[in-house]
Amino acid sequence: MIILITTIVITIIGLLVGFGLVFTGKKFYVPVDEKEAAVRAVLPGNNCGACGYAGCDAMAAAIAAGEAPVNGCPVGGTAVAEKVGDIMGISAEGVERKVAFVRCKGTCEVTHNQGNYVGVKDCRSAVLGGVNVTDCDYGCLGFGSCVSVCPQQAIRIVDGVAVVDESKCVACGLCVKTCPRGLIELVPEKSRVRVQCSNKDRGPQVKKVCQAGCIGCSLCVRQCESDAIAVANNLAQVNYEKCIQCGKCVEKCPAKVILPPSIQEKEASA
Amino acid sequence: MKITFRGGVHPKEQKELSREKELRILNATGEMVFVMAQHIGRPAKPIVKRGDPVLVGQRIAEADGFVSANIISSCSGKVKAIEKRRTISGAMLECIVIDNDGQYTMAEGIGEKQDISGITKEEILAKVKDAGIVGLGGAGFPTSVKLAPKNPAGIKYVIANGADCEPYLTCNDQLMRKEPEAIVEGLEITLKLFENAEGVICIEENKPEAIAAMQKAASGHAKIRVMALKTKYPQGGERSLIQVVAGVDFPTSKLPADVGCIVDNVGTLYAIQRAVVYNEPLFSHVMTVSGDAVKETANLIVRDGTSFREIMEACGGLKEGVTLKKALCGGPMMGLTLSSLDIPIHKTTNGLLLWSEDPVEKAELQMTACLHCGRCTTVCPQGLMPQMMAEAAEKGDMERYETKLYGLECIVCGSCTYICPAKRPLTQTFKRTKAEILAAKRAAQAAKSAAKG
Repeated sequence: MIILITTIVITIIGLLVGFGLVFTGKKFYVPVDEKEAAVRAVLPGNNCGACGYAGCDAMAAAIAAGEAPVNGCPVGGTAVAEKVGDIMGISAEGVERKVAFVRCKGTCEVTHNQGNYVGVKDCRSAVLGGVNVTDCDYGCLGFGSCVSVCPQQAIRIVDGVAVVDESKCVACGLCVKTCPRGLIELVPEKSRVRVQCSNKDRGPQVKKVCQAGCIGCSLCVRQCESDAIAVANNLAQVNYEKCIQCGKCVEKCPAKVILPPSIQEKEASA
Repeated sequence: MKITFRGGVHPKEQKELSREKELRILNATGEMVFVMAQHIGRPAKPIVKRGDPVLVGQRIAEADGFVSANIISSCSGKVKAIEKRRTISGAMLECIVIDNDGQYTMAEGIGEKQDISGITKEEILAKVKDAGIVGLGGAGFPTSVKLAPKNPAGIKYVIANGADCEPYLTCNDQLMRKEPEAIVEGLEITLKLFENAEGVICIEENKPEAIAAMQKAASGHAKIRVMALKTKYPQGGERSLIQVVAGVDFPTSKLPADVGCIVDNVGTLYAIQRAVVYNEPLFSHVMTVSGDAVKETANLIVRDGTSFREIMEACGGLKEGVTLKKALCGGPMMGLTLSSLDIPIHKTTNGLLLWSEDPVEKAELQMTACLHCGRCTTVCPQGLMPQMMAEAAEKGDMERYETKLYGLECIVCGSCTYICPAKRPLTQTFKRTKAEILAAKRAAQAAKSAAKG
C-alpha cells in the first residue's frame, strides 16, 4: 500500500515539474542564432582567447555576425576553418591566410649599434629614452615588445631582429599595434616576395647605418613586369595583389633586401 | 610660513662639485648646429639659405604658428647646410648648420642700451617674441605665449624660479650671484604686464649666497620679495612652486595662469632683461658641466648650437684613465641620456653630466618585485599612487590608469623611481604609458574630425 501511494505521489510531482519545465522553457525562450550554435559546436571549446575574443562563445557570436573571419580560430586550424566555412557558406580557402612580417633585416652583423641605451628592456620605452638604440632610425630595436604581446609565442628575437614563425602566427595583429617603429605588417602568407626594410632615408645614408637596407635604387621596379613594386620615400614596396611571385626583383636587388626568410631558414644558416 | 610642498625627495646634492666655479663665456670654434624643434610647439621655419652669411644675433628661423619660437644665430659665418642631424632626443631633426668664422661679428643694433621707461605691454611682448625666448627651465615653452594669458589682470604672482633643485646643477646659482640686478629688472619688466601681480623669487635654502644677492637686489622694490625654500626635489617644478607660493593645487589640464600664477626660470628673466633693455635676442644661456668623469667642473655661458663634445673639451676633457660610461643632458633626475657627444645643445640645455659609471646599469641588476612598501606614494609631489599606477600600466589597463589613478597627472619628476627600494623603473613606465594614452587620444580625435569633415 505504502509503495503504491509513494509511486503515485512521485509520478504526480514528476509530471507537474515536467510540465513546469516545458512551460518555462517555451515562455522564456531566448532565440539563439542557429548558425552561432552550429559554429560553437565545431569550435574546439578550450576558451583560450587566442582569437582575440573572450572565449569560444564570443568567437562563435562574432563569426555568426560576420565580424570575425571563418578561419579566425588559431587552435582549430584548417580543419575547423573548413567546418565553420561550411556552416557560414563561405569558402575557408577564399579567406587568405595572413601572417605578420617584420620589415627589417638589420641584424647585429650588418648594422652597428652605437647607442648606449641602458634601461627598461622594452622597445616602447626605449624609443622615448632619448637615445638612438640603433644607428638606423627605422629598424628593429630588438627588445621584443612584440614577443611579449604575442599570444602564440610566434615571434622571437634572432640576432637582434624580431622574426615571425609563420606556422604559429595567427595574424591577430597585436604585434603590429605594439611595435613603436611600425615595422610589422600583415601580409598574405603565400606571397613570398617581400621587402625586408623600412628605412626611408636616401641610399648613401642607409649604407652608412646598415649593410642590408633598401637604398631605393629602383632596379626592382624596372625588373617588374606586372607593375607590382614601386619605390616611394626611397623605399621599395610590393603590391601583394599584383605580384605574381616571378622573383625577378629578388634576383636583381643589389642590397638583397627583397627576400622572404623564415625562422627555419635563419636557424639553418646560423 | 609654508616653505615647501607635499612629498618630494632629497637626493645627494653633489652641488659642491661646481658651485664655486664662476660663470665663464665659452666661444665655440667648431660648426654650430641649430635645431629647428628645440621648443614646445611647432618647429621653426628656416629663413636662410645655404651659403648665406650670418651674424651673431641674426634671426635664422622664424616661428611657425602661435606656439613656436624664433631661432637666433649665436655665431657669425656662413650657412653650410640645412639638413637632418641627430639631436638630443635621439631623433634626426632638421637643423641649420653654420660654418663658424670665430669672429663673432655682432649684427647691427644688438647690445645697445635702450630707454625702457615708457615701454608698452605690446612692445615688451613683441621684443620677447622676436628674441625667441623660451622657458629655460627645461621644457622650452615659448615665453611670449606664457606672458600673454587670457586674463592678465587675474595674475597674482609672477614666480621667479631659482630653486635649481636638480642635483649637480649650479648654473642658476652662479647666475643669481653674478647678475642679481639684471634678474630683478627682468622680473620688473614682466611685472609691468600684470598690474595686480607680485614678484616672488624662490630659491632653495642651500644657496645662501644667491639668496643674499637677490635680497640685496630686490630691496627697494615694493612688489618683489625673495623666498627661501626647503631644499627638496622637485622644488623647482612649476606645480611645486605654485603649491608653496599661492597654496593651490591644480590638475595638469589647467595652466598655471588659470590659477593666477606665471612661473619663469631666473635664466628666462635674465634673457627677457637682455632682450628688452639691451635688444639682445636669446642666443646664449648658462649651463653646468659636472660629474666624476670630467677633469674640471664648470659653470659656463654657452652659445646655442655648440656641440656637447666641444663643451666637454673646454672643461679639460675627461680625467685621465677614466672612460666615459654615461653622458646626461640636464640634471640626473629628469635629464636625458646622450647617445653621442657630437650633438648640438638646445636653448634649454642647462647641464652636461659626465659619469664614469652608469647607475641605471647597477639598478637593473638590483631590481626585484614590488614590495608594496608605499614609499613612492609618500614622495609623489602630485599625490599619486605610483605603485598602483605601475601595476595598471603593466597589465595594460589604461582606463584604470587614467580615470581611477589619475596617471596623466604624473609630471615624470622621477621621485618615485629614486626612492624605490626594489629599483622598479616606475617613471619610465609612466612616461611610456602617458605617451601611449595621449597618442591614442590624438588618434581618436583625428578619426573624429576626419569623420566630421
